[in-house]
Amino acid sequence: MDIKERLSAESWTKSASSGNELPNKSSSNHQSFNNLNSQQHQQKWEDPSGLDYGIRIEPSFLGYNQPSETSSSIPSDPNNQIKISDREGGQINSILQTSRNQDWDPRVMLNNLTFLEQKIHQLQDLVHLIVGRRGQILGRPDELVAQQQQLITADLTSIIVQLISTAGSLLPSVKHNLSTDPSIRQLGQLGGVQFSSGEGLNGGVLPQTNDGSKVSDHSNQIDLTGNHGTEHNYTIEEHESKDEDDADEGEHLPPGSYEILQLEKEEILAPHTHFCTICGKGFKRDANLRMHMRGHGDEYKSPAALAKPNKESSSEPMLIKRYSCPYAGCKRNKDHKKFQPLKTILCVKNHYKRSHCDKSYICSRCNTKKFSVIADLKTHEKHCGRDKWLCSCGTTFSRKDKLFGHIALFQGHTPAIPLDEKGSTGPSDRGESNETPNKAGSIGFNFSSIASAGSGSQNAMDVKGSVDDPTGYFSPLNFDTCNFSGFHEFPRPPFEDSESSFSFLLPGSCNYTQKTAGE
Amino acid sequence: MEEEERPFTNPFDNLTEEIVLTILDYLSEDPFAKKSFSLTCKSFYLIESRHRKTLKPLRSELLIRALRRYPSIIGIDLSLCPRFDDNSLNAISVMCKSTLKSINLSRSRFFTSVGLSSLVAKCSNLVEIDLSNGTELTDSAAAVIAEAKGLERLWLARCKLVSDIGIGCIAVGCKKLRLVCLKWCLRVSDLGVGLIAMKCKEIRSLDLSYLPITEKCLPPILKLQHLEDLVLVGCLGIDDDGLATLKQSCESLKTLNLSNCQNVSHLGLSSLTNGAGCLHQLNLAYGSAVSADMAKCLQNFSELQCIKLDGCLVTCSGMKSIGNWSASLKELSLSKCSGVTG
Repeated sequence: MDIKERLSAESWTKSASSGNELPNKSSSNHQSFNNLNSQQHQQKWEDPSGLDYGIRIEPSFLGYNQPSETSSSIPSDPNNQIKISDREGGQINSILQTSRNQDWDPRVMLNNLTFLEQKIHQLQDLVHLIVGRRGQILGRPDELVAQQQQLITADLTSIIVQLISTAGSLLPSVKHNLSTDPSIRQLGQLGGVQFSSGEGLNGGVLPQTNDGSKVSDHSNQIDLTGNHGTEHNYTIEEHESKDEDDADEGEHLPPGSYEILQLEKEEILAPHTHFCTICGKGFKRDANLRMHMRGHGDEYKSPAALAKPNKESSSEPMLIKRYSCPYAGCKRNKDHKKFQPLKTILCVKNHYKRSHCDKSYICSRCNTKKFSVIADLKTHEKHCGRDKWLCSCGTTFSRKDKLFGHIALFQGHTPAIPLDEKGSTGPSDRGESNETPNKAGSIGFNFSSIASAGSGSQNAMDVKGSVDDPTGYFSPLNFDTCNFSGFHEFPRPPFEDSESSFSFLLPGSCNYTQKTAGE
Repeated sequence: MEEEERPFTNPFDNLTEEIVLTILDYLSEDPFAKKSFSLTCKSFYLIESRHRKTLKPLRSELLIRALRRYPSIIGIDLSLCPRFDDNSLNAISVMCKSTLKSINLSRSRFFTSVGLSSLVAKCSNLVEIDLSNGTELTDSAAAVIAEAKGLERLWLARCKLVSDIGIGCIAVGCKKLRLVCLKWCLRVSDLGVGLIAMKCKEIRSLDLSYLPITEKCLPPILKLQHLEDLVLVGCLGIDDDGLATLKQSCESLKTLNLSNCQNVSHLGLSSLTNGAGCLHQLNLAYGSAVSADMAKCLQNFSELQCIKLDGCLVTCSGMKSIGNWSASLKELSLSKCSGVTG
């Protein structure tokens, strides 16, 4: 069990490492595993049936092969391995196998793909390792290098095979699932073997694992993954040193008390994360999927099937989970110096879309603001055109006193009259004047242009302005309410101007007079 | 005796133009005198045409010709021309250009911000504009006025459509304002007035009658260093409670008009005029009752020369204490005061 756990740890760390993570790190983490007993090394396989299976098989298998180091003989028939695992492994595996095979096939696919990616990364890391450790290799360098080369070629072939098979098996179906499983296991073993040999230098030091905790953690993990159901997460490692730094920034989690999970980019951006096993339709939420399943038969209409996947096994989640952004260089990435983890999966999704995706939704009102998350766009639209008070510097304010406070502070700022307001002030005169203030009304924001613009052109503007903005007639009233809204300390004085009440009764005459006011 | 035939010299040739102009200054009260002066001869005509500084035409059509005759017009008073439109305004601004300093458009109605903009653009030395009764003038007109950077005196009485926004533009644009009259500009509130007080530090005279203002605009007003004349007629929003919050004092205030402010009693008055040692003139007509307290409060002003208490209810004790004033009161108006007989 020790060996198995250790190797599984190794393989998991390796698998989870991204390309830019140096293999040295993982090796150092191995050291840390050795030293520190507080292991929170959990793996959440959303679909543990195929993968966990494979992974767990591999260490057990390797446990046997370790002393011999016959890595090349590893790709033997998978059936052997299965038997071994059954012998070895624990009830957990069998439980997994029985319970998970049929239910979570699509996720297996997803798992497979991500696993493939991991394996490729592992391969890269291994090569790095080899390059890096060349100087350190003592003893039997040649044999090791040769073995590693064999391993690499074997891995490559298996990866290619895997790619082909999983590409074909991307459509969720039970048959393909089983066919890919062996290859996964194969890969897993290979990967594990790689590590074991690659890390063979460190292999002498076996990590002291908290076996019991590990196993129990593992079982917890499995149940939790079932509960989560949507994504599969890969534990990377513990960042204890980083925890202390981050504890200062907002989150006060004691170091070592939480684990960090990182999702893949495709998973974050996936539109559907729940898939129907029968027809393959995708859904964003588990509840929607359950509703859909009712149409596939009566067995899905039972209260048990409709109930939320419960968390009775995770009576209290053992750890706080925090998330890392997969984008390289992001402050939310676990590799960043000032790593600030994200709190939930939804946070990850929103963060990724907001920060690392282009903004494709544009506000229809202002035609300026762009968003990548629809919820942000809706929030913006709620109060888009609300600011009516405009300063000459372009800042908008929602209240008049804010505008005046701003103007009082700065030297050259003046209140600016927005364009739509100006059209309204036009017809607010009584219709008798020949030259209506429509001219004034339609003068735009740019005051300096007033002096320069000829009155003739502005006449034309006026006509347009008044024709285009019939609703503007009512805004003098709004103006009134605006002005007096903040000052209710006294009743309006009786000497109120009544011109505004006349104003929108005489729009026709206003238009009329414009023509007479031509140049 | 033979007298040599001297060539005829015009004695008026010895008079320089300056002297004649000085003489003409004395004739300024009588328009007919000047008219006859100008009709005397060509030279007098020319001198008079150069002398005249202000025009007050009765008809706007003849104004252009008048302006051609009088090139050095500084001020035009168009209050008698009710139908003065944008074209005419444009014409006079073209004619006068930068010599024009003062224009009174108070009774004229048919001009808009377009004409005003051409006026302001061409007459860059404009110092005084009277736009009272411009009921159609809007904030955009006010924004145009803000372009007149040298403006010192501005009347916007009864420009009911000008709001805080327009006043704000003026406050920022016309930094040299000394006199602002915003009487009856019903859309101007504390914010606009406060901004004027904050931005136009040269203000000497401020007329805020009948505005819907409260005591919130008073702190910056009282902080004005040169404020001499403050008119707050009919400001019903100002009351004792609000005035009690005032901490500033205006030391330069000379005249204060609080008539028709029923909500201000002696308490409010004392807090408003706290520190106004050189107050000359105080008008509390139609205000709150004049009692002994009020009289005591008024005694604080040693320089007080003129008090108007028309229409106030004066009590006996109030009368007695008024009589006991030691201040060098020159004028006391108690017309229509109930409680005062004989």
